[in-house]
Amino acid sequence: MSVGFVMLCHTALDRAAQVARHWAERGCPVVIHVDKRVKRRHYERMQRDLAEVADIRFSERFACEWGTWGLVAATQAASMLILREFPAVRHVFLASGSCLPLRPVGELISYLDERPRTDFIESVTTEDVGWTVGGLNIERFTLRFPFSWRRQRRAFDTYVRLQRRLGVRRRVPKGIVPHLGSQWWCLTRQTLSAILESPDREAHDRYFRRVWIPDESYFQTLVRQVSTNVESRSLTLSKFDFQGKPHIFYDDHLQLLRKSDCFVARKIWPQADRLYQHFLSADLGSQALAEPNPGKIDRLFAKAVERRTKGRAGLYMQSRFPKANWENGMSAAPYSVFEGFAELFESFDIWLGKVAGTRVHGHLFAPDRAQFAGGETVYNGALSDSAGLRDYNPRSFLVSLIWNTRGERQCFQFGPEDNQKISPFLARDPNAQISVISGAWAVPLFRANANFSDIRREAARLQKIETEHLEVLRAATTKAKVRVWTLAEFVENPMEPLQTIIDEISPRSLRRLTEAPRMADLTGFGQFLQNLRNQGMQPVLMGDFPAGDDPRPQPTRRGRPYLVK
Amino acid sequence: MGIWTTYRLRLARKRWRLRAFVKRRELSPVVTRAANIRAGDLILVSTVRNEKVRLPYFLRYYRDLGVNHFLFVDNGSDDGTRDYLAQQADVSVWTTKHSYKRSRFGIDWVNWLLMRYGHGHWVVVVDPDEFLVYPFCDTRPLRALTDWLDASSIKSFSAMMLDMYPKGPIAQHPYHEGQDPLEIANWFDSGNYTMTKNPVYGNLWIQGGPRARKFFADNPERAPALNKIPLVKWQRDYVFVSSTHMLLPRGLNQVYDEWGGEKASGCLLHAKFLDTFAVKAQEEMARQQHFANSHEYRAYQEGMASSPDMWCKWSEKYINWRQLEILGLMSKGNWA
Repeated sequence: MSVGFVMLCHTALDRAAQVARHWAERGCPVVIHVDKRVKRRHYERMQRDLAEVADIRFSERFACEWGTWGLVAATQAASMLILREFPAVRHVFLASGSCLPLRPVGELISYLDERPRTDFIESVTTEDVGWTVGGLNIERFTLRFPFSWRRQRRAFDTYVRLQRRLGVRRRVPKGIVPHLGSQWWCLTRQTLSAILESPDREAHDRYFRRVWIPDESYFQTLVRQVSTNVESRSLTLSKFDFQGKPHIFYDDHLQLLRKSDCFVARKIWPQADRLYQHFLSADLGSQALAEPNPGKIDRLFAKAVERRTKGRAGLYMQSRFPKANWENGMSAAPYSVFEGFAELFESFDIWLGKVAGTRVHGHLFAPDRAQFAGGETVYNGALSDSAGLRDYNPRSFLVSLIWNTRGERQCFQFGPEDNQKISPFLARDPNAQISVISGAWAVPLFRANANFSDIRREAARLQKIETEHLEVLRAATTKAKVRVWTLAEFVENPMEPLQTIIDEISPRSLRRLTEAPRMADLTGFGQFLQNLRNQGMQPVLMGDFPAGDDPRPQPTRRGRPYLVK
Repeated sequence: MGIWTTYRLRLARKRWRLRAFVKRRELSPVVTRAANIRAGDLILVSTVRNEKVRLPYFLRYYRDLGVNHFLFVDNGSDDGTRDYLAQQADVSVWTTKHSYKRSRFGIDWVNWLLMRYGHGHWVVVVDPDEFLVYPFCDTRPLRALTDWLDASSIKSFSAMMLDMYPKGPIAQHPYHEGQDPLEIANWFDSGNYTMTKNPVYGNLWIQGGPRARKFFADNPERAPALNKIPLVKWQRDYVFVSSTHMLLPRGLNQVYDEWGGEKASGCLLHAKFLDTFAVKAQEEMARQQHFANSHEYRAYQEGMASSPDMWCKWSEKYINWRQLEILGLMSKGNWA
């Protein structure tokens, strides 16, 4: 009879009774505290249920509102009772009504027998605590909390703010170094009795009565004064979410709990029949004396918290719709936007797909339809190529495409003829790699079979649109990786910019570009621009193309080598 | 959001409640077993019309999830729906021959039943072709979810409508009574949804899916809304505004996180597109009782006549809720 349990219960009394009976029948005395707010008939039914079990006692009842002194008072009363009634108890284990033993009592007893002088209680100084929610660490000890956090939240918050502003402080009594920790502990008789029978207990109680959430600090602080051997961890597996509310275990956690090798877990969903049935059955155990190892469970719950607070990057859905600048990734993955390349080079998309090994679309925002790679009419995720659906919400269209094709980089063409509604989004998205050859839209016009006055009008229109687009890309708020060349610059030396872009798209392919895409024949382009000028239009985005001095691009010329062997 | 809007919405809420109260007279009870409802029971509310074929599986599905009591409004069925429901021990039925359209597509009746019987309960409001899936629904009953929502102080739970369809023309696979409709209609669109925020009510407006892709490409703003909030911890002063798409007070529509995180959510698998659909579409066209002058049904009829297959090579075959989670259609949030 080396370990006794103190159980604090407030709901699901039938489950608590089941666990208490389990322990008591295996030789461990149990003292049960039932919240005073529980209805009398429920309490009496529990007492009746457990009447025939010898080593179970019920302690004086206190009202236990979360965060208040009642929980500590209840623990004190129950602890005194267990120490008095069961002199053979060496360790007292504080548990709740929703706790469930995961390993046979025998294993816990032998584990504690090997460590007869050790107090298992998480006890961390306020400076080092990382887990408190709501930003109250040391202030739990120095402010006053007359209002209920649950029922009078506004008054609670206002009063805290007021005290902060006025600089009001309670003095921490001499000899007390505030510590915090999980309220579920396992202390030795010596330590526990030293705390409870301390000559200063009056003073301690008076002080902690006004501390915020004293059940996480009373024993955790005082144990430091009396114990010689504090092992700062809890034997109870208990995980908290981002609001400081305990995670709940269900039937499907069975394997996870079995492998955790923890002694006790909380909290268990009262209707998790399989868990109760499995862990309270007689023929459990025969495992080696393993140390508790909650690593896997830690990871599971850490992931849940991350999902709730940060979410999946680039996902917009029914329960995640971030405000601007809170997206934590505006799109799911990096992608590339090419402007003017398809106009300047012949079959640019085929060439790019080959050298970069990515998916290359045509003009996704073309006026008639979304030109998906391979001429598909429906794409990943059943995304339709209909211009109507796309233009109804271009942002949803693009983020859906990037989300649906996670794992495969997307490239697409863009230009002044396309729907421009998407360009502010592109500019703000850090995942966008935008490469622009400005003025390249003039090449198809140059080669078009159309009346010159129509060409002139079209050129003026496209130039206006592209100028506005470039302004968006050059705004101070732009987060995309933007590169802009004029057509003249690019034609002069196409390989180096192409190499840079390709290196960025597939950084691991160390091969140099050997084959350049075939450039459109620009003989006479300078004269074409001059003709536009002569007609009163001022083409500026192409850069400097002197009339008659045709560029002589050398598509197979290799750029400056990065590495000289 | 100014005081003026708040006040206006308050008035709107009172008006909808008054309207539901007046419309209660259109409902006449067939069998009421509502006295059997006990504190903490899960209640399901639904409006039906000629759904005899679908109901056996529907009832089984929600009983298995742990729904304790069903409240049905029968809108003038003539196929034995009413009698079938009246025989069920956990069902209360009201009947009405009044206009579906003029009770705002049944929602006034539903609001009344909720006002009367829903207070303090978790209520599920779905149509007979909608099947709720939520995180861990294969291992945890609905009660586990509502207990967790209670513990987290969450009052409403979002479940987007996911249109399910068969592969091949819908007339090809006949549905028979008692069968799981998802055996036939087990394909869905995984990633073609658009969403915007409704600035007044604060809900998300989600559209897309196969119906938008097939029938509303030229008219996307008319595509049906897919956002739904079918699970609510009901209080008698709550009210559904427009189907289960949005509620008042407006805080109940805040089922999504705006600071980058994911809240927990589920999906309503919408098995509308069975072989019974063509008949239904014709009937509903004749009745002219549906939203926006039955525009939706007209679009279906035209769409169904020209190209009856909603399946495409990028359609996903439904496996389980985990698949929907991975695809980003629903989320576990911080429930683990």
